[in-house]
Amino acid sequence: MSNEWPLWEVFIRGQHGLNHRHVGSLHAPDAEMAVNNARDVYTRRNEGVSIWVVRSSDITASAPSEKGPLFDPSNSKVYRHPTFFDIPDEVGHM
Amino acid sequence: MATATLEPAVDPAALFEFLARIGDNALILGHRVSEWCGHAPALEEDIALANTALDLIGQTQLWLGLAGEVEGKGRSADDLAYLRDGFEFRNILMVERPNGDFGKTLMRQFLYDAWHYLLLKSLKGSTDRRIAEIAEKAFKEVSYHLDRSRDLVIRLGDGTAESHRRMQEALDDLWPYTGEMFVADAVDTRLAEAGVIPEPQSLKAGWDEIVADALAEGTLKKPADGYMHKGGRRGVHTEHLGFVLTELQFLQRGYPGAVW
Repeated sequence: MSNEWPLWEVFIRGQHGLNHRHVGSLHAPDAEMAVNNARDVYTRRNEGVSIWVVRSSDITASAPSEKGPLFDPSNSKVYRHPTFFDIPDEVGHM
Repeated sequence: MATATLEPAVDPAALFEFLARIGDNALILGHRVSEWCGHAPALEEDIALANTALDLIGQTQLWLGLAGEVEGKGRSADDLAYLRDGFEFRNILMVERPNGDFGKTLMRQFLYDAWHYLLLKSLKGSTDRRIAEIAEKAFKEVSYHLDRSRDLVIRLGDGTAESHRRMQEALDDLWPYTGEMFVADAVDTRLAEAGVIPEPQSLKAGWDEIVADALAEGTLKKPADGYMHKGGRRGVHTEHLGFVLTELQFLQRGYPGAVW
């Protein structure tokens, strides 16, 4: 085990009703201190009402090398966007 | 007019004395903690300590601002912070102690936070509305300071052999400076009778409990109550305050009246 504290990813919810958003990462020996550190590092300017932390090593990410097979196929599927409907005038702004 | 809220029974000189004491504690401890800025063992701790220092400096502005108002001689919080000499400062000796290592800084912070927390909790019910309002704001900040310093004292006490040794040494070294928090003089008695502040001694049982719990959890041994240093509250300081003020007041002393 290295002497470095493990890395944590920090998610902050800015206001009630909004989603938690990834804001950055930090080091901490455990979850409790990660929340404290997140409070001190990422909410100094009144940015948040809620904090999530998760160990970076617990995140499973898609491989950049598979970008092609994973994402390119959806490029040419314009029919998946709901842009082919006529919106009646009475509906107003959507 | 702000002075209209003063209880007629309260002597403004006594009130000024109390406000200088609580304001100077925040100022000197805030300055000490700020000395860590850029030097803490981890970036996260560096920012956390800077936040604590800034909270304390913010509280200083409120307490010394009110002190100047109560005094009625036109002195601002800045005048009181930057233009008084050492013997006019009223902070307890513990807050002017040199930082030592990171563990010692945290131990001092914890011993102070536990007391500060209880004091502000009581001051929220002060008969002086202005004091109650400042206490209300500061109490939230200090609740977090206490959570954090308590947690770290326990972790480092119950950590490695080296961290344990350092925390025990810090505790033994600082313990003789804790007694001054609970000593009362005529100013305290007079203000306590008017319900403006609590009797200092009344905070002792709660403090003992918070401290004993954390020390036990951190496997640290509470030192015996022996001789207690005091004097800061009446302006008799250790040599360390002079060095603090030399740095703290340099700009206003070197360039009188300088502003941003």
